[in-house]
Amino acid sequence: MQSIAEQDLGTPKRQSAKQVTLNVDGRQVTVPAGTSVLRAAAEAGLSIPKLCATDTLEAFGSCRMCLVQVEGMKGFPASCTTPVAEGMKVTTQNEKIANIRRGVMELYISDHPLDCLTCPANGHCELQDMAGAVGLREVRYGYSGANHLDAPKDESNPYFTFDASKCIVCSRCVRACDEQQGTLALTIQGRGFDSTVSASQAESFLESECVSCGACITACPTATLSEKSLIKAGQAEHSIITTCAYCGVGCSFRAEMQGEEVVRMVPNKDGHANHGHSCVKGRFAIGYATHPDRITKPMIRASISDPWKEVSWEEAIAHSASELRRIQKKYGRDSIGGITSSRCTNEETFLVQKLVRAGFGNNNVDTCARVCHSPTGYGLKQTIGESAGTQDFDSVMDADVIMVIGANPTDGHPVFASQMKRRLRQGAKLIVADPRRIDLVRTPHIEAAYHLQLKPGTNVALLNSLAHVVVTEGLVREEFVRARCEPEAFEKWRAFVAEDRNSPEAMEAVTGVPAANVRAAARMYATAGNGAIYYGLGVTEHSQGSTAVMGIANLAMATANIGRSGVGVNPLRGQNNVQGSCDMGSFPHEYPGYRHVSDNAVRTQFEQAWQVKLLAEPGLRIPNMFEAALDGEFKALYIQGEDIVQSDPNTQHVTAALTAMECIIVQDLFLNETAKFAHVFLPGSSFLEKDGTFTNAERRISPVRKVMRSKSGYADWEITQLLSNAMGLPMNYQHASEIMDEIARLTPTFTGVSFEKLERLGSIQWPCNDQHPEGTPTMHVDTFVRGKGRFLVTEYVPTREKVNTKYPLILTTGRILSQYNVGAQTRRTENSTWHDEDRVEIHPHDAEERGIKADDWVGIQSRAGETVLRARITSRVQPGVIYTTFHFPESGANVITTDNSDWATNCPEYKVTAVQVTRVTQPSAWQRRYQEFDREQQTLLDAATQPKQPVKAVSPTG
Amino acid sequence: MSVTIYIPREATALSLGAHAVARALSDEAARRKESVQVVRTGSRGLFWLEPLVEVQTGEGRIAYGPVQAADIPSLFAAGFLKGGKHALNLGAVESIPYLKNQERLTCGRLGVIDPVSLDDYRAHGGYEGLKNALAMEPAAIVKAVTDSGLRGRGGAAFPTGIKWKTVHDAPGPQKYIVCNADEGDSGTFSDRLLMEGDPFCLIEGMTIAGLAVGATRGYIYLRCEYPHAHDTMTQAIASAYAGGYLGPDVTGSGRAFDLQLRLGAGAYICGEETSLLESLEGRRGQIRFKPPLPALKGLFGCPTVVNNVISFASVPIILQRGAQFYRDYGMGRSRGSLPIQLAGNIARGGLVERAFGVSLRELLYDYGGGTRSGRPIRAVQVGGPLGAYWPESKFDTPLDYEAFAAGGGMLGHGGIVVFDDTVDMAAQARYAMEFCAIESCGKCTPCRIGSTRGVEVIDRLVAGDRAAMQQTLLRDLCDTMLNGSLCALGGLTPYPVLSAIDYFPEDFSKAAALEAATR
Repeated sequence: MQSIAEQDLGTPKRQSAKQVTLNVDGRQVTVPAGTSVLRAAAEAGLSIPKLCATDTLEAFGSCRMCLVQVEGMKGFPASCTTPVAEGMKVTTQNEKIANIRRGVMELYISDHPLDCLTCPANGHCELQDMAGAVGLREVRYGYSGANHLDAPKDESNPYFTFDASKCIVCSRCVRACDEQQGTLALTIQGRGFDSTVSASQAESFLESECVSCGACITACPTATLSEKSLIKAGQAEHSIITTCAYCGVGCSFRAEMQGEEVVRMVPNKDGHANHGHSCVKGRFAIGYATHPDRITKPMIRASISDPWKEVSWEEAIAHSASELRRIQKKYGRDSIGGITSSRCTNEETFLVQKLVRAGFGNNNVDTCARVCHSPTGYGLKQTIGESAGTQDFDSVMDADVIMVIGANPTDGHPVFASQMKRRLRQGAKLIVADPRRIDLVRTPHIEAAYHLQLKPGTNVALLNSLAHVVVTEGLVREEFVRARCEPEAFEKWRAFVAEDRNSPEAMEAVTGVPAANVRAAARMYATAGNGAIYYGLGVTEHSQGSTAVMGIANLAMATANIGRSGVGVNPLRGQNNVQGSCDMGSFPHEYPGYRHVSDNAVRTQFEQAWQVKLLAEPGLRIPNMFEAALDGEFKALYIQGEDIVQSDPNTQHVTAALTAMECIIVQDLFLNETAKFAHVFLPGSSFLEKDGTFTNAERRISPVRKVMRSKSGYADWEITQLLSNAMGLPMNYQHASEIMDEIARLTPTFTGVSFEKLERLGSIQWPCNDQHPEGTPTMHVDTFVRGKGRFLVTEYVPTREKVNTKYPLILTTGRILSQYNVGAQTRRTENSTWHDEDRVEIHPHDAEERGIKADDWVGIQSRAGETVLRARITSRVQPGVIYTTFHFPESGANVITTDNSDWATNCPEYKVTAVQVTRVTQPSAWQRRYQEFDREQQTLLDAATQPKQPVKAVSPTG
Repeated sequence: MSVTIYIPREATALSLGAHAVARALSDEAARRKESVQVVRTGSRGLFWLEPLVEVQTGEGRIAYGPVQAADIPSLFAAGFLKGGKHALNLGAVESIPYLKNQERLTCGRLGVIDPVSLDDYRAHGGYEGLKNALAMEPAAIVKAVTDSGLRGRGGAAFPTGIKWKTVHDAPGPQKYIVCNADEGDSGTFSDRLLMEGDPFCLIEGMTIAGLAVGATRGYIYLRCEYPHAHDTMTQAIASAYAGGYLGPDVTGSGRAFDLQLRLGAGAYICGEETSLLESLEGRRGQIRFKPPLPALKGLFGCPTVVNNVISFASVPIILQRGAQFYRDYGMGRSRGSLPIQLAGNIARGGLVERAFGVSLRELLYDYGGGTRSGRPIRAVQVGGPLGAYWPESKFDTPLDYEAFAAGGGMLGHGGIVVFDDTVDMAAQARYAMEFCAIESCGKCTPCRIGSTRGVEVIDRLVAGDRAAMQQTLLRDLCDTMLNGSLCALGGLTPYPVLSAIDYFPEDFSKAAALEAATR
C-alpha cells in the first residue's frame, strides 16, 4: 500500500528531448516521447483504472484494467504498455471498454475475500477503488469455484505479513524486488490460476533471501503485504516528511501518523537521495524511539559506583554547569571539552561546538568522524580542496565503470547500493577492491569484472600500482591534467608512481593481488568511459587512511574522472549526519565550513558574531583527550549522542581515561556504554522529536521534522542551549531554523540555505550560495574548489601492526545490514532477528589448522586485549584474515583493536589488528568483567528509575 | 551387390515398431547372407502405412507397409529386395496417390534422405539456396523472401519478409535468429517431421535468415517432448559445424553464423514468441507485452527474427528456385504451400503438403479417407487447440488465411483434428477452457482466472444450473478474454468455445432437455 499522500501516475517518468502531443478523450496533452498513454492521460487529469501499473515500476501489462481504444489500432491496447505517438487519438471510456474492465474486475473479485471492512487496506486498497471505478455490482461466478481464500498467511517476518488470500498476482512486489531493491528474492511460482508469489524457493519471507527493504509493501496494491504496525494500528490520519536517522544515504520518509504515534514509515517517492526506496533499518527499525530503555528524566550521581538519581532539568543543568566551571577553575581552561554527535542535527552539532569554543573557551571539540571519515576530510581537502564527496547519488546512473574500494554498500548503504546495482544491471562494469568477498562481488545479474582481494592495510600499495599502470601505459588524460592541475605536483607524482617499485608486479607481494588483474582493472577504470570511485571505511580506517584518500583523488584527477556526472570521488559516509557534523565545525582545528581556527579573518568573524574572544590554536582530538585524561590534565567531557566506549578502539584504554575524569556528561537516548562511566545523564531526543537538518554523503541537506513531542521535554539543541546559558554564554534560539540562519551567515558554503528554502526544494546539496542558489549536485566542474588540483605523492608505508608467529592473523571489522553501528538503536528493535550476536568469520583453512568448527567459541587475542566470539567458517574472508562486526557491546571487538591510527588525522586503524585465535570454552576475562560491570550499572540505573524499591547492595551475581 | 533399404527413424514409425523391423531385417539378411544396406530416414508422413519400408530397385524405390518384424521372413521369401510381390507391396512409393498428389516444396526430402547425412542433403539440392544467398546483398535476400509471399507458418501468418526487413533495418551490434520449435498445438507434427527428416533444411533456412538480417547467432528452441528431433538436430548441427556450414566462416564466405539448440521445459505458452524469448534468456516463461516487437527488442533486448520451423525450412527452396517459383503456388494472399497435418479420428492420418487453395473437404476425404471409426465427420478443429470447431457446412472453405478468418476460424500451424458424430461438443468446449487453464502463464487476469471460471461456468451450463444466465456469463467471459487477454492463448480460447456452442448448441442443453422430457 502506497503512502496515503502520494499520487500515482501509473508508469515512470520518461526523459526525452522530443515532446509528443496526443489527444486523450478530447484533451490535448504534451509529454516526452516514450511516455505511456496511461501516464499521459494521468497528466491530462484523466484517471484510467489500473492495478498492475505504478509509477515507480516499469509497465507490465498484466491486469488488463487500463485497456483503451486508439484510433487506427485494432483491439484494446493496454495504456500502460502503449507509448504515446504524435497525433494519437485515445478513448479511455466508453461502454465497450467499461464492459471489458468490469469483466476483468468480476474475475478478480471472484477470487478475493470480501472482508473489506476488517481489512488493513480498507479505504486505501487499489482493488477496492477500482471495483468502485468500474461499477462492479455483482459477481455472477459466485464463490463456490476454485479460489485462494484459504491460502496461508506468512507472518514470519517481524515487520510485515504476506496474506496470500488477498493477493491479485499483479507482480508489483516481484518487480519492486527486481527493479528497485535488486535482490530478486521474489518470484511468481506455478502458472495460470496456481500462480502465487513466492519468496526464494517457496520459503517463508524470513528464511528467504528477502532483505526486508519494504519495497514490495509499498508496491502492493492490496493488503497482501502489510506492515504489522499498520495492521495493528489502522491507517494514518496525517503524514510528515522527514529524514532517516540511520546511515549516510539520508533517505526521505513520510512518517505516517496517528496523533503522535508513528503508524509506519514510508519512503518518500520525491526523496532526492532515495527516490522512494528504503532499507530494513530506516523503514522498520524505529521501535527504539519508544523503547522502555529510553531514559526520559535527567539523572546525576557523584561517582560511577553511586546509584543514579533522577533530578529536575534545572538541577541537572545547574549541576553540570557548576561542575564544568569548578573543574576549569581547578585544572585550567583546557581541562574540559565536548564531543558532537554525527547522529544529531546540523543545528545541534553547531551549537555544541559553539558552546565549546565560545562557552568553554577552548577548541576541545571533536566528533565521531574522527574515527571514521576524518581522512576523507583531510585527504580531499589537500588534493581537490573540499572535504566532501564530489557527486550526487544519481550520478552513478551515468557511470560506466564503478570502482568500490573498502566499502560494503549492500550492508552499509543499502538504498544507494540498490541504485548502484540498478546501474550495474544496465551494464556498467564493476571493480571491487576489498579483502573480503562482499555481496556485491557476485549478486543477481551482477558480477565484478575484477575483485582485487588485497591484504588488509595495503590500500596505498594497490592504489599506487593502479596509478602506475595509468601513468606508464599512457592512460593519463594529459589535457585535463594540464588544464586543471598543478603541473609541478603532477610531474612529481608521475615520476613517483612510475617507479618500478610501484608497479603491480612489484606490489603483488605486498597486496596479494595478481598483477595482471591490477593492470586490467586500471585500464578499465581509465578507459571505459565514466569511471566513478566509491569508497568507505575500508579506505580511511588505516594508519595510511589519509594517504589512501589522496591516492584515490590522484587516480581520479589523472584519468579526468572528476567534474561531471557519472564520475567522481565518492566517500560513502557512515552515519546520518557525519558529513554534517564535519561541516558544522566539529573538529578541534576547524570552524564550520572547514576553515582553520588559526585563520584570523575567519576567527574574527566568529568572535564578532558570538561576542567572545576565541582561541587561535586547535584543541584536543578525541585520542588526545584520552591521553590528557590519563595524564590528569583533562577532567570533564560533554558528550552528545556518541558512545565512545563501544565505538572507539582499545576499549580498556578508553575506559581508563573516562575513569580518570571527574565529570562526564552524557546526553543520549539510552544508558549506553559511555553513560555507564558518566556522572550526569541528560536525556536526549530521537530524530522523531525535533526539527533540524541532516547532511548525507552527497552533501545533501535534508529536513528533519518533529512528528511527536520530545519524550524528555527538550530537543538536544535546547539542552545544549540550557547548558550554555547556565555557563554564561547566552543562547536564545526559539527554533532550529534560527540556528541554521546563523550557520548560513557564518559559512560561505551554506549562505543560501534556510528552512524556508528546504521546505520549497525538499533538500539542498551544499555549496548553496549566490553562485549556486539551489545547491550543487556535482562539484569541481570547471575548476577545483582549491583552484588547481594537487597531486600528492603517496608513499606506501606498511602499518606497524604486523603479523608474527604470536599474532599470525589479521582481524578486520565491518558492518551488517540489519544492525547499525554500535547497535544502540537497532539492538532495541526486531532487527536483531537477523543478527543477534557478532560472529567472527574465519577461512576454512585457518579454522581447520586450529581445530575450530562452525559455532565454536573462539578467543581472539591481540596486542591490546582479548575477547571471545562464536565462529562462522567462510571463504568470504581470505586465509590469514578474520573479520567481525561490533554491533554488540559484549562482543568487545574494540577490546582487541589497537591505538594505531592514521598519521594525519588519528583515525583509528580498525581495519588491521594482528591477532591469534584459539578455541575456548568461556568468555574472556574482559567479557566477564564487562558483564559484571553492566549488571552493576543496571542496578544503579534501576535505583533512579524505580525509586520505590529499596536500593539493593550491588551483587556480582546481579 | 548390396541392396539399399530405407526404414524411418522418425518417432511415429518408431512407435509402430520401426526399430524392430530394422533389426529383424538385418538379422534375416544376415541369415540369408543377403547384402543389404539399411538407411534410416525421416518419415514421408503416411502414418497409416508406417513402418513404411522402401527398397531401392532398378524401377526406383518400392514401398512396403505397414511392415511389422514378423513380416520380414515373408518379405524376403517374396523377393522384396528386388521389389517382389507381397501383400504389403505398395508399388513405387512416388506413385502412392496420397504422396503423388502433394506439392512438396518444403517437405520434399522427408523420408527420402538420411537426415543426418550432409552428403545426402547436398545430393538432393541442399545448400543450393545458401549458395545463392551468399552471392546476394542482404537486402536482396529479404526482398526475395518478401516477394515469395511466404507468411509465418507458426500460426500468425505474418509476412516473413516484412519481419526480416524490420530486423534488417534495426540498428544493433548483435542480432539473433530464433527458431520456434516448440510445436505444441494439438494435432500438429510438421515441425517434428521436418526436424527428424530434414534437419539441414532448417539449419540452412536459419543461416540464410542470419545473412539476410545481419545476425550471427541463432537458437532453436525445441520442446523437450521431442527427444528424437533433439537427437537428429544435435547431430545435424554438429555435422554442419564440421562441414563448415556453421561457425565463424560459413562455407569460406567470411560470414559467421553460430547455432545452438535449447530445450524447453514443457510449457505450451513458450511456443508464444515472447514467452519463448523469456525462456531462452533463462527466465520464467511469461508473456512480454508488445511493443516493443521482438524484431526490434527481442532476445537479450536485441533485434531478433523469431520464426517457426516450417517458415525457415521454406526459405532454402525460395532462394534455390527463386521467389517467383514459390509465389506461383497458392491463392490470394496465401502463397506457396502449407504442410497440413491430418490427425484425430481420421482413416489416413499424416502430412499433406499442398499449395494454398485446396479445400478442407478434399483434405478430409480425398487424402484422409474420412474417419477411422467409419462414422460421419461431425466436426473438425483446424489450427490447434485455439482453433474453431467447424461443422460439415464449412468443409468447402479453401485453405487460405483470409478465407478461414472470414469464416471465423484460423489455419494456424495447419493441424486438422477430426471428430466423428459421437463427439460431445460441450466436453470439447470445456476442454478448450481447461487447456487454457492448464497452460496459462498466469500473467494476465482474463486468462489466469477466466479460464478456470470458464470450466466452472460450462459445467454449470451443461448441468442445467440456471442455464440461460450461465450462457450469458460464458459469452461475457469469452468477450473479456477475447478483448482483454495479453496474448493469443487467452485471446483465442473463446474461438473453440463459442464455435462449439454456436454450431452445436444441442450438446449444451442435454441436461435441460432431459429435465424437460422427464417433467
